[in-house]
Amino acid sequence: MSLSPNPPHDPRANYIQMMQRKRLYGGLTMAIFALLLVSGFMLANDRNAGGFWSGLPHVLDFPADVWADAAPKVDQLPGHFLTFFPSLLETINIAAVSTLIGAAIAVVLSMLATRGLALWPRAIPVFRRAMDIMRAMPEIVIALVLIFVLGGGPVPAMIAITFHTAGALGKLFSEVNENADLKPIEGLQSVGAGWVQRMWLGVIPQVAPNYFSYGLLRFEINIRASAILGFVGAGGIGYELKNAMSWGLGKFDEAAAIFILLFLTIVVFDQLSSRVRQGLIHKGGH
Amino acid sequence: MLLVENLTKSFGSNTAVDRMTFEVDRPMMIGIIGRSGAGKSTFLRMMNRMTPASSGRLVFEGTDVLQLTGGGMRQWQSQCAMIFQQFNLVPRMDVVSNVLHGTLNRRSTLGTMFNLYPTEDIHKAIDILDRLGIADHAAKRAEALSGGQQQRVAIARALMQDPKVILADEPIASLDPMNAQIVMDALRRIHDEDGRMVIANLHTLDTARRYCDRVIGMRDGRIVFDGSPAQLTVGVARDIYGADETFSESATSTEIREHTGHQARVPA
Repeated sequence: MSLSPNPPHDPRANYIQMMQRKRLYGGLTMAIFALLLVSGFMLANDRNAGGFWSGLPHVLDFPADVWADAAPKVDQLPGHFLTFFPSLLETINIAAVSTLIGAAIAVVLSMLATRGLALWPRAIPVFRRAMDIMRAMPEIVIALVLIFVLGGGPVPAMIAITFHTAGALGKLFSEVNENADLKPIEGLQSVGAGWVQRMWLGVIPQVAPNYFSYGLLRFEINIRASAILGFVGAGGIGYELKNAMSWGLGKFDEAAAIFILLFLTIVVFDQLSSRVRQGLIHKGGH
Repeated sequence: MLLVENLTKSFGSNTAVDRMTFEVDRPMMIGIIGRSGAGKSTFLRMMNRMTPASSGRLVFEGTDVLQLTGGGMRQWQSQCAMIFQQFNLVPRMDVVSNVLHGTLNRRSTLGTMFNLYPTEDIHKAIDILDRLGIADHAAKRAEALSGGQQQRVAIARALMQDPKVILADEPIASLDPMNAQIVMDALRRIHDEDGRMVIANLHTLDTARRYCDRVIGMRDGRIVFDGSPAQLTVGVARDIYGADETFSESATSTEIREHTGHQARVPA
C-alpha cells in the first residue's frame, strides 16, 4: 500500500534519483556561498588601505618583537608582575563594583519588565525598551563620552560597564523570572503583602541561584571589558598595557608581563566561576 | 456582617459569576459547592481582591471592600485570609517564615526584607503550628513537608493574620482522605473556638454536609441553592451539578467510613 499518487515501480531507483537531486541543490548552494564569500573578500581587500596579502606576513611581527624583547629579560618579569599588580586589582575592582551595582539595577528592571510580576503591567514595554537601549550601547562608547565629560579614571569605566550590565543582566533575569512559580506570590498577595514584599519574599528565593549564576558569568565578561576600557584612558591594567606598548621596542618586556597577568586572571576567574556555577546548578536542580 | 449584592465577574463575553447575592448575619462555616467552572474560585478571589469584580457590592461590616484601593485593599486582604488548593507557600523558606508571612501587612517592608520579625510574633507562629500539630517541623523548608502538612502551614499563615474571615479555595482537593479530614477538622475547630467566619469551596458533597452550617450551590455563575446541609437532598445535588439519575454521591466520596452505612443514607 502506497500513499504517493504514482506508486514507484522501483523504489531503489526512485530514492537514488531523489538523492542526486538533493546533492545537486546542496552543491549549488555551497558554490554560490563560496563565490559570494570570495568576491566580497576581494572587494574588501581592494578598499583596504594596507591590503590583506601584503599585511599577512607581518601579523606575527609584533609577537616576535615582544618575544625578542622579553626573552632576555625573563628575570625581570616577577618584578613587573609586582609593579602592575595594583593596576590589575583596579581593573578587577571596576568589574566587581559595576557587576554588583548593575545586577542590583537589573533585578529591579527585570521585575518591572516581567509579565505577571510587573508593578505597572502597562509600562512593561517601556522597561523592556529601556533595557534594550542600555544593552545596545557598547561600554566603550559610553566610556569615551564619560571620559570626555568627567576626565580619565576608573569612575567613567565603572559607570559605563554598570549601564551595559544592567541592560544585559536585566534581560536574562527577566527570562528567569518568567519561569518563577506564581503560586507563592499569589499566597503572599492574599495576606496583603506589598509589591516589594511579594518580589523579595516570593520571587527572589526561587530565582536567586540562577541570578547568581548569570551574575558570575557577567563578572567574567566585565573583567575583560574593564581591561579594554583602560585603553581609552579609564585606568587599570589596560591603561598600563597601552603605555607599555606605545613605548615601543625596549619596553616590550612590560607589555609581556601585562599580557601574562591578564591572561592568568581571566583564566582563573573563568575556572572559578564555572566551578561555582556548576555547583549551583547541581544544587538547585535546574 | 457580610452582604453580597449582584456581584458579577465577566471575562470578555463570558460571565463567570452572575449577579451573586446572599447575606450572612453571624460568623458561620459556609460551604460553596458546584462543578468546575461554576464560579466558586472566582467568587473567593473577588472577595480577597485578587481578581477585580466587574460590578456589584461586597459589604463586610459596613464597608464595601470592592471600593478599597492600595493600602486599604491590602489591609482588607490581611483581614480576609485565603487558603489555596496548592497551598501557595514559598517552598525554599522554612515553615516559621512562611507562617510569619501572615504578618507582612502589619510590618515595615524593610524589616520583613531582612527577616526581622519581633520575637513575640515568632513565638506566636510556633504556638499556632503547635495547635495544628506540626510544631516539630518548624525549622524545615516548606517544600520538605507532605501535602497535608503544607496545607496546615498555610492554615497557620492564615491564622497568623488574625483574620475575621478565612476563605478556603478547595483546601482538600489535592490531599488524601486522611489528611483531608485533618485539614477540615482544623478549619472547623478554628470556626468553633475562635468564632471566625469560614467560607470554603468544596468539591465533595459529604464534606460540605459534615462540616458546614450553610451550603451554597452554584451553577454557571449563579446561586442555585442556599440552605442548611439538611436541605441538600440528592435531587438538589443533581440539580447543582447538572447530573442525571446515574449521579451518586457515594461514587466519588472521599470520606473514610463504613461503605454500607453510607449507601443506606442516600435515597435512590
